Amino acid sequence: MNSNETPPADPAKELSAECPAPPASADPAASALKTSRRDFLKAGGMLSLSSLMGTGALMAQSEDAHAAAEWAEHFQKNYRLMTPEEKNEARLRLERRHSQEYGKQVTVDITDAQPGMLMGYALNIRKCIGCRRCVHACVAENNQSRGSKPGEKIEWIQVLRMERGEFAKDKMNHGYPEGLGIQVGGNAYTPAGQVLEGQYHYQPEAVPEKDATYMPIACMQCEKPPCVKVCPVRTTYREADGPVVIDYNWCIGCRMCMGACPYWARRINLTSPVLPKEEMNPVTHYLGNRPRMRGVVEKCHWCLQRTRHNRYPACVEVCPVGARKFGNLLDPESEVSKILERKNVFRLKAELNTFPKFFYFYD
Amino acid sequence: MQQLTSFAADYTRYVLKGGTKFYAWMGSLAVLIIGMMYVFYLQNTEGLIVTGMTSQIHDGLYFANLVFLVGVAAGAVTIVFPAYVYHHEGMHKVTVLGEMLAISAVIMVTMFVFAHMGRPDRLWHMIPLIGIYNFPHSMLGWDVLVLTGYLILNAICGFYYLWVKYTGGEINRKFFMPLVYISIVWALSIHTVTAFLIATMPARPMWFHGMMPIRFIATAFAAGPCLIILAFLIVRRNTKMWVEDSAIDLLSTIVTWCLGIALFLTMSEVVVELYARTEHANGLYYLMFGLHGLTALVPWFWSSIVLMVASFVLFLIPAVRKNYKLLPIPCVMAFAGIWIEKGMGLIVPGFVPTPIGEVTEYYPTFVEWLLTLGIWAFGFFILTILLKGAIGILQGEIKYGAAK
Repeated sequence: MNSNETPPADPAKELSAECPAPPASADPAASALKTSRRDFLKAGGMLSLSSLMGTGALMAQSEDAHAAAEWAEHFQKNYRLMTPEEKNEARLRLERRHSQEYGKQVTVDITDAQPGMLMGYALNIRKCIGCRRCVHACVAENNQSRGSKPGEKIEWIQVLRMERGEFAKDKMNHGYPEGLGIQVGGNAYTPAGQVLEGQYHYQPEAVPEKDATYMPIACMQCEKPPCVKVCPVRTTYREADGPVVIDYNWCIGCRMCMGACPYWARRINLTSPVLPKEEMNPVTHYLGNRPRMRGVVEKCHWCLQRTRHNRYPACVEVCPVGARKFGNLLDPESEVSKILERKNVFRLKAELNTFPKFFYFYD
Repeated sequence: MQQLTSFAADYTRYVLKGGTKFYAWMGSLAVLIIGMMYVFYLQNTEGLIVTGMTSQIHDGLYFANLVFLVGVAAGAVTIVFPAYVYHHEGMHKVTVLGEMLAISAVIMVTMFVFAHMGRPDRLWHMIPLIGIYNFPHSMLGWDVLVLTGYLILNAICGFYYLWVKYTGGEINRKFFMPLVYISIVWALSIHTVTAFLIATMPARPMWFHGMMPIRFIATAFAAGPCLIILAFLIVRRNTKMWVEDSAIDLLSTIVTWCLGIALFLTMSEVVVELYARTEHANGLYYLMFGLHGLTALVPWFWSSIVLMVASFVLFLIPAVRKNYKLLPIPCVMAFAGIWIEKGMGLIVPGFVPTPIGEVTEYYPTFVEWLLTLGIWAFGFFILTILLKGAIGILQGEIKYGAAK
């Protein structure tokens, strides 16, 4: 199955559909009301940084582009507060550094959110066969850390394997302490039935397995993301077209966001990511899959490097059973909008009021 | 100005001089501090991979100590409050010592923050104007604010008092008293906000309840005074300063009641969580009995319970409480018990199971233990200097114009 190469059905048509109203924005930089405080912060930041940038510029003339770029990166602003020129500078700096580092031409895209776009995702849990091609495609696309040692390997998607037949006849009386069956004899000390407690280290010979169902999860790109609220430096935020992103250069690695996320979607780079040159994907986005550094948090961003250019995320493209659907929620004709309209749809952990834009459905 | 330089000079000269015991103590602390610097360097070149933390359990020993030490810092108010609100004579004489303890504890907290961060080199991103300060949304932002404020308040109150004693002037009560009252309320705020820091995450049901702040404060007002009692007993033995019995007795009474309240709150939590025994109680269940066969924290929890209950019983017995030869025993027991309960026993089970139900274990590595030990050593290093200087001034051994 090499669906990795297969082009998406017709994403261009779906994603570029006209939409009269611009999407609601939680991005203060994009909102019309610019408070004077923000301007003040901006001015203060620029003033204090300008002197430091001078030092960076001096360093940039040195032979070692890598060291110079890293030095200058230390003093750059939060991505959202950068002017277009500064964004471009940061982009060029990263492209130079990564091209040298990985021995190939690396591009760092800085395309902004496009008006009329609100990304949404829907997953058909009836169809998922637990093959985990999405997991591997995601790692290949998004430059996650590989590596064999514990703590080096990062995967953003988890496919949870759930036992089927927990309530089967032969397990009728296995309520305690196994937590199965129907009769628990009043001893419900462990949950009898499925909770969101799955196993994602399963290694079957073939999928789907007869006795399992699967529940893939990743970042839910919440509309009310708890991770964004707790971030002390506002390095993680909701982009105007929906996804919650991270400015990896601004992250201080405090991991509050990881504690706040009810979906366990975030990962910390415990060490410098293990990313072999030949496996590195050179097509990157600044807020997306560009190589990360030690000590910062990362997570799914719906493949901004693809979706901002009317392509499907890697996981959608690779799914062999078409369980994964992606599109524009503002376009009533998009596949995702149609699914939300017609199918049995639910959100995961809806009781926490995080308002995910990642929906589950079944036929 | 000239007074100020001579204050600094006299103070430095006094605290640097000491007997063999003093140098041996400071020397062994320095060894630990050097070890701590090395592992900190290691952690910031290799990354957090040298610790036992993972993406599942991403707050460990550092965060646990941070939370605990905020409590110790807040505990200083058990001296300041009786001294200034109830005009307790014995306490009034040693208020400054409590403030010095608060300063050292907050410095330790700051160091644990640095140890905890994945990118301590970027902490300037939090400084307003040059960085972005997510205020008032981020609880961590609030925590930084209240802790910095508390450090400044205690430094001003403590050193202003010492300064006046040094120069032999009069305390300007219009300036001093409001600061003292603010610092009393502020002490409550630092531990409340630290409780909010982790209690405001519905993703972590183990912490997600409104009892957290009061439980934090109750344990803080037990652990803090325990350390203060120990410090006072050491001061009485080794310096010319005499800490009144009434001060120590009041502190041990405070410890007794706060320890009792803390135990009561722990019991309430256990009953509420385990009676219904929902999925949300899994963290507590893991802590108490283990989950899916993983039981790393079970000995920690039960040893903490034993230490706390036993020390509570000992504190209740007047013959123990009033006997200063025996008093250090329950103090050390309660201190250790609360360190476990609020450290490893509170932080780690918050992550077990993870929000998707994964059960993993956390074992601190050597790097973490040494870094933690080194920061404690640094804290005691600072505390020794601050206490020595303060005692010197209170005893009149450092005085303006008297030196040389």
